[in-house]
Amino acid sequence: MDKLNILRRTLSVLVDNEPGVLARVTTLISGRGFNIESLSVAETMDPKVSLITLITSGSPQIIEQIIKQLRKLVNVIKVVDLSDEDYVEKQLVLVKVRAAGPDRAELRSLCEIFKGKILDVSPRTYTMEFTGNEKKIRDILILLDEFGIEEQVSTGLTAMARTRLFKKERRPD
Amino acid sequence: MAELTGAQILIECWKKEGVELVFGYPGATTIDIHHYLMESGLRFVLTRHEQAAVHAAEGYARVTGRPGVALVTSGPGATNAVTGLAAAYLDSIPVIVFSGQVARMMIGNDAFQEVDIVGITRPITKHNYLVRDTESLARTVKEAFYVAASGRPGSILVDLPKDVLAGTAEFRYPGKVRLRAYQPHLEPHPKQVAKAVELMLAAKKPVIYAGGGVAMSRAGKALLTLAERLQIPVTNTLMGLGGFPGTHPLFLGMLGMHGLYQANRAVQECDLLIAVGARFDDRVTGRLDRFAQKAKIIQIDVDPTSIHKRVTTQVPMVADAQQALQAILELLGRSPDYDREARGAWLAAIARWKNEGLLDYRRLGRAASCTGPGCVNHGRGGSFEPIQPQMVVETLYEKAKDRDPYICTEVGQHQMWAAQYYLYDKPRRFLTSGGLGVMGFGLPAAIGAQVARPEALVIDVAGDGSILMNIQELVTIVEEKLPIKVVILNNGCLGMVRQWQQLFYGGRYSGTLLGAGPDFVRLAEAFGARGFRATRPEEVAGVMEKGLAAEGPVVMDFIVCQQALVYPMVAAGKEIGDMLPYAAEILAQD
Repeated sequence: MDKLNILRRTLSVLVDNEPGVLARVTTLISGRGFNIESLSVAETMDPKVSLITLITSGSPQIIEQIIKQLRKLVNVIKVVDLSDEDYVEKQLVLVKVRAAGPDRAELRSLCEIFKGKILDVSPRTYTMEFTGNEKKIRDILILLDEFGIEEQVSTGLTAMARTRLFKKERRPD
Repeated sequence: MAELTGAQILIECWKKEGVELVFGYPGATTIDIHHYLMESGLRFVLTRHEQAAVHAAEGYARVTGRPGVALVTSGPGATNAVTGLAAAYLDSIPVIVFSGQVARMMIGNDAFQEVDIVGITRPITKHNYLVRDTESLARTVKEAFYVAASGRPGSILVDLPKDVLAGTAEFRYPGKVRLRAYQPHLEPHPKQVAKAVELMLAAKKPVIYAGGGVAMSRAGKALLTLAERLQIPVTNTLMGLGGFPGTHPLFLGMLGMHGLYQANRAVQECDLLIAVGARFDDRVTGRLDRFAQKAKIIQIDVDPTSIHKRVTTQVPMVADAQQALQAILELLGRSPDYDREARGAWLAAIARWKNEGLLDYRRLGRAASCTGPGCVNHGRGGSFEPIQPQMVVETLYEKAKDRDPYICTEVGQHQMWAAQYYLYDKPRRFLTSGGLGVMGFGLPAAIGAQVARPEALVIDVAGDGSILMNIQELVTIVEEKLPIKVVILNNGCLGMVRQWQQLFYGGRYSGTLLGAGPDFVRLAEAFGARGFRATRPEEVAGVMEKGLAAEGPVVMDFIVCQQALVYPMVAAGKEIGDMLPYAAEILAQD
């Protein structure tokens, strides 16, 4: 594969909200040797429809195949490559950080700067919540690592176009 | 309206879809269906293995163009259907398998004969369903038939829990299905049509590369018109054979790994490659970065994923092949103005390649392949020249062609010879497992073909390895009184693998020599069929005539040279212009 030409794309995949649909999407992606870097799924305002936000990478030709193969699934209603649009993306991360003595005050101010929340306080730790795009989350985690991260969990990225979602539909040709 | 059971609803749905017959094998979870099938007026063909039921349904679908239906039980019944589902999926044939499933409350409990067949078959079907209640059964069946046959066709599995079949609901069959998420795109884009026509008129050395999509969309006539109107030579994929008349002067033969010399040369030299319903499979392209390097590519395919999957195309057209070709013909007009001088030179070059590429298997057989005592079949029953397998296929062609037969094959050397030495003038006459390459496909596929066309001559060309993979179907053939003729090219080995071992693995025949094998004549007789055998070249014509003329099912056992090789051959990783056994000097010309 052309190493210099690897694209990272955020795809919004609108699917029927039916049992097994997520399995169809992931089976397709693993079976054809594509990458998934992040995945998040939730029901939309229409309970019959779910939205999968999927981050993947590959050469332009691979990305084209991923989009087409997803569209080919009978339960996939629409696939939009958000990277072509103006869009916002968010991720949520929960971090348990060592917090003792003077660190506690500094952590609280860091939390404030990054608009996080302290969810739980113990004598030696803070459990904190942050949301943001990938870069912001990465920056926070680098800073928090100075204090000692004991545990960390995060959701996949979820994303939305600034204009109305799924307004545009691209024809394969 | 009175309520019906799920089993009754299923059968009513089949009738509405015009299903005439169902292939299958009963079991505990499908008894309800069989119970009502008896007086339904539908024919049930009992195969002796579920794999064969699905291949037979595929054979039926290939011949008729309508979905083939198979009914199997849960657990092993369903897992036995897996190969058939994958085969139909890869060859884009509409086949619907209905599988029994344990009752809903038992699902997930590792119940007797329970498997998650929907999970197992997800990547090898176009789509699949677990029917969750009796009320949704009719709609699901309607949808299954629609999805199977529309767009790029494929296999579908519908899993039916036993209590869904036993439960009752009002029967209402939806008139039409419209799926929000599934709408095949059939009309070509006018801009792309114009671009395609422009390239076609400008091309000096065009080639049409036509696949299985041509027969699928009944585009044969339009393809022929296009080829003749612009004098463009045509090559077929294995799946495409018959989509363009095999005896037509513009026909180049099959291309690819065992493609004919002129076909591969023409593709490598052409300046425009027009792909119609073909997917640039690795067996076609050989080394991809050296494939048709001088050509611009127009690709017509109903499946958008087939486009830009393996090669970059200048004019992609997502459309039904017939509609796309019609649109192109319309724009071209009756007498288009193309470069006749250039075309004359191009056709002359092709004629030269045809001549240059002629392979005399008799000479090859003697000089390069058959080294007398090295060939175990050489001495079988005495010392004489063994039969060359290609000659058996040629003889079959001579003796059978006037009866417009359906030729099925298994997989291996015999399959390639049946593709090279038999000329198919009509679509849907050559039934072979192309994508998945299933040994054991031909005999059950012949059942499907014969049931669909009771009056036709249906032949299975087989090897002595492949035929044993579903030999139990001789019972089905005899019981159902299907006059299928089986031609076995018996070389005592798994010939295609043995060929690779001879050419690329230092002649170490590990696992490929079958020994004497069964006596196929007596085997046929044991099943209630007739058996004939030829061991000498001079017996071939007589046995073929007798076998084809005989009533009822027949097995013809031709003892052939073990060392015969399928040529031309493009070795793995080579470009398709680089063919064995041609000398490098010939290939370097032009």
